[in-house]
Amino acid sequence: MPVWGVAGPVTTAIALAAMVAGVALGLQAARPWWRLGGSLLGLAGLVLLLSRGAGALLVDAGDLARVSPAAGFWCLLLVFMMLMADALSALRPGPRLRLGLLALFLVGLAALLASGALSELSIMQEYRGRVAGFRTAAARHVALALGSLAAAAAIGFPLGILCHRRARLRSLAIPVLSFLQTIPSLAMFGIMIPVLAWVAATVPGAQEIGIAGIGFAPAFLALLLYSLLPVVANTVAGLDAAPPAAVEAARGMGMTDRQRLWSIELPLALPVILAGLRIVLVQNVGLAVIAGLIGGGGFGTFVFQGLNQTATDLILLGALPTVVLALVSAILMDILVDFARRTPKRESA
Amino acid sequence: MTAGGVLRTALSLLLVALVLWPHAFAPVFAPFAPERGPVIYDRVSLLSLSLSHLGLVAAASSLAALVAVTLAILVTRPAGAAFRPLSRTLTNVGQTFPPVAVLALAVPMLGFGAWPTLVALFLYGLLPIFENAMTALSTLPPRTLEAARGMGMGRFQRLWQVELPLAAPVILAGVRLSVVIGLGTATIGSTVAARTLGEVIIAGLLTNNTAFVLQGGLIVGLFAVLIYDALVRLEARIARRAGAGSARAG
Amino acid sequence: MIEIDRITKVYDDTTVVDEVSMTVETGTITVIVGTSGSGKTTLLRMINRLVEPSSGEVRINGEVTRDIPTHLLRRRIGYAIQGHGLFPHHTVARNIAAVPRLLGWPKDKIARRVDELLTLFGMEPAAFRDRYPAELSGGQQQRVGVARALASRPDLLLMDEPFGALDPIIRGRAQEDLRAIQQKLGSTIVLVTHDMEEAIRLGDRVGVMDGGRLVQHGPPEEIVARPANAFVAEMVGDAERPMRLLSLIPVRGLVEPGAAGGDPVPEGASLRDALSACLWTGRDAVPVERGGAVVGRITLDAIRGRVEHRA
Repeated sequence: MPVWGVAGPVTTAIALAAMVAGVALGLQAARPWWRLGGSLLGLAGLVLLLSRGAGALLVDAGDLARVSPAAGFWCLLLVFMMLMADALSALRPGPRLRLGLLALFLVGLAALLASGALSELSIMQEYRGRVAGFRTAAARHVALALGSLAAAAAIGFPLGILCHRRARLRSLAIPVLSFLQTIPSLAMFGIMIPVLAWVAATVPGAQEIGIAGIGFAPAFLALLLYSLLPVVANTVAGLDAAPPAAVEAARGMGMTDRQRLWSIELPLALPVILAGLRIVLVQNVGLAVIAGLIGGGGFGTFVFQGLNQTATDLILLGALPTVVLALVSAILMDILVDFARRTPKRESA
Repeated sequence: MTAGGVLRTALSLLLVALVLWPHAFAPVFAPFAPERGPVIYDRVSLLSLSLSHLGLVAAASSLAALVAVTLAILVTRPAGAAFRPLSRTLTNVGQTFPPVAVLALAVPMLGFGAWPTLVALFLYGLLPIFENAMTALSTLPPRTLEAARGMGMGRFQRLWQVELPLAAPVILAGVRLSVVIGLGTATIGSTVAARTLGEVIIAGLLTNNTAFVLQGGLIVGLFAVLIYDALVRLEARIARRAGAGSARAG
Repeated sequence: MIEIDRITKVYDDTTVVDEVSMTVETGTITVIVGTSGSGKTTLLRMINRLVEPSSGEVRINGEVTRDIPTHLLRRRIGYAIQGHGLFPHHTVARNIAAVPRLLGWPKDKIARRVDELLTLFGMEPAAFRDRYPAELSGGQQQRVGVARALASRPDLLLMDEPFGALDPIIRGRAQEDLRAIQQKLGSTIVLVTHDMEEAIRLGDRVGVMDGGRLVQHGPPEEIVARPANAFVAEMVGDAERPMRLLSLIPVRGLVEPGAAGGDPVPEGASLRDALSACLWTGRDAVPVERGGAVVGRITLDAIRGRVEHRA
């Protein structure tokens, strides 16, 4: 079937024109605003073609027929997304503007998905078949990523502060934590299983609070162990980076250790600490996929089911939300780091 | 020998023994195996799995290193400077893609087997090496470069004799990062039917055989830790030769 | 009055400060000068107990510092260091207010004090109050650093190479400002430096340290004119000594009646200025003025005689 046969000549012409114009605008190296506009135009064309195309292809097909975009679509999507990212990084929008753009993008994406324009696509059909399962998986994925982040922060901050003040503890803790990080994730998740099974069997009350060899607990613990290094290392690095003269002055003017920590060292270290949390969050969103292999839930469930059944759409149903979640976390954390850098505390004296 | 040296040797010997004579460890793993189930994974020899696992990572990482360093050299020359912002954006965005997702997304395009794993390892391995190489090459001490120019070195002489040796420790740190990620991602590669040690762990998970999970996890973990350690020491040695002054974090 | 009484610091087997005693009178500047490793900074840091003395004691107006909790002691002592040590995330006002806040002063009192100090240091409060340290020049940062150290009207101000990071011209101005402000407020200052020039310019008393010992302690004229040993002589600089000495003595004391040609020098000027005027104009004597009226002259011979007889 020729290209224009897919969605009708008019739609196809409009969509193709949009994409060509998008690429042409996107190549204006000196004009980032044009490039941003170009990437948006291109994306719009792509989506138009996708939504119309799927419907048209299915007109005469049976109920079991499915449409899914092929490699060409994904490549074009990637190209336009990269164009957009590049244009945005050249424009250097402030954190507030970035937050607004992110919200706008997410609202747009939600509207697109809710509008039904893409409902003919097989991945959306796959989704409709498991709405409840998808919600559970999403909630579990976020719980794993954020929960382990919170636990790592609760353990890592005090540990990092101690490491900053005691050189011996640091020379012990940092190498151990970096070795933990090198252990391949599947091995780490796997090794957690017998460890937690043993805990569940021997420690009284452990089972009642949900500790078991399989499922949420080993996944959570593995993610926690991976998260400790970036939290501790960045806390130490951030505290170390406080100007020595300022720390000396704080001591010399009679601040207690606690006052110095809270009003001088921690505020100065905040951007670096937040950068550590960004690493952890992005890393956890990705690693939480492995939880799907040990019954820990999350989007990984779909990915590995899909791989088992050679069901591309199921793989995508797990992988695409993971990628979106990772990107959104990265952007959000970058914004947060920016806020921490830009607004030195303006409390009244 | 230092305490670290003793530990290193002991772990290496343990790893070699585990890979070559796994059955000697049957009594250790037996308590974890299901009743009357197999204790030691022997559908495929652990040696061949290890070799194919390491081969996959070595091939992907060396190819990634070659391509990434070449690209980094290109964008740090005056002629390639225009591509620097774009390449930075690409690396930043690329690194937020979870490796597992990259692997899973490669399957619809490339099918099952070693290929999608290799491609995913290569693509993902590019990023840390490229990022480190670009940072290292663009933050060399300007006075040293000026001195090299002043004594009449040509562009290629400067690159080979001054810039690359000085940047080597940081580039190597990128390679280490990429190898560590590669070893982990290759393990998961067995879910897309690549021949790797992950197979042992997956088999254990599917049959509820904790003994398999443990021996697979132990072997992969030991490989990763020992390779990481070897690369760290190689880096330290090269950094000493490069004057140690450029001991930047990787 | 600050009394340092046989204070000693020993690290492992090395004696960094060895039984140093000195008295700092209220309202004076004492400069401790020495090479790096002489123990001068350790001595200074033992006064506010950033370093705990191994033996000996320090008394501030009779009160033994050992008996005061360190953080309370330090809040009573101003402390200004090289590279200013301002808090980069706090505004100028909040930096200056640091110690008064620690002491729990009421807000309006703090605000008044901040403005008062900024004005004293020649910085328009409305223009500087809300700036961040990174938005100031090097000289301004240094002034804010000293203002912060003075904010709570401390009994004593300790300064560790406070002008070390400044370039020579700004440094000279900063030294003059410090002298002027000290005289206006009557502060007691102990300042550490490696620069003998600075010591002679600023100090009412100068202490020279070498190898952990206080080798000489006295008014700057005495240090220059009668160095206690070869080390002090070297610090003063053999070639520079006559000039240093002349720069410390005002013309006033050597004026003799008589007339001379050329432009007059004020009687408050130093002998160094007078010598310079003689040499430059090629005369044996120049006139001296007081309040615009010539009161006599000063001769090359008199200057030479003053150097030969020392102090």
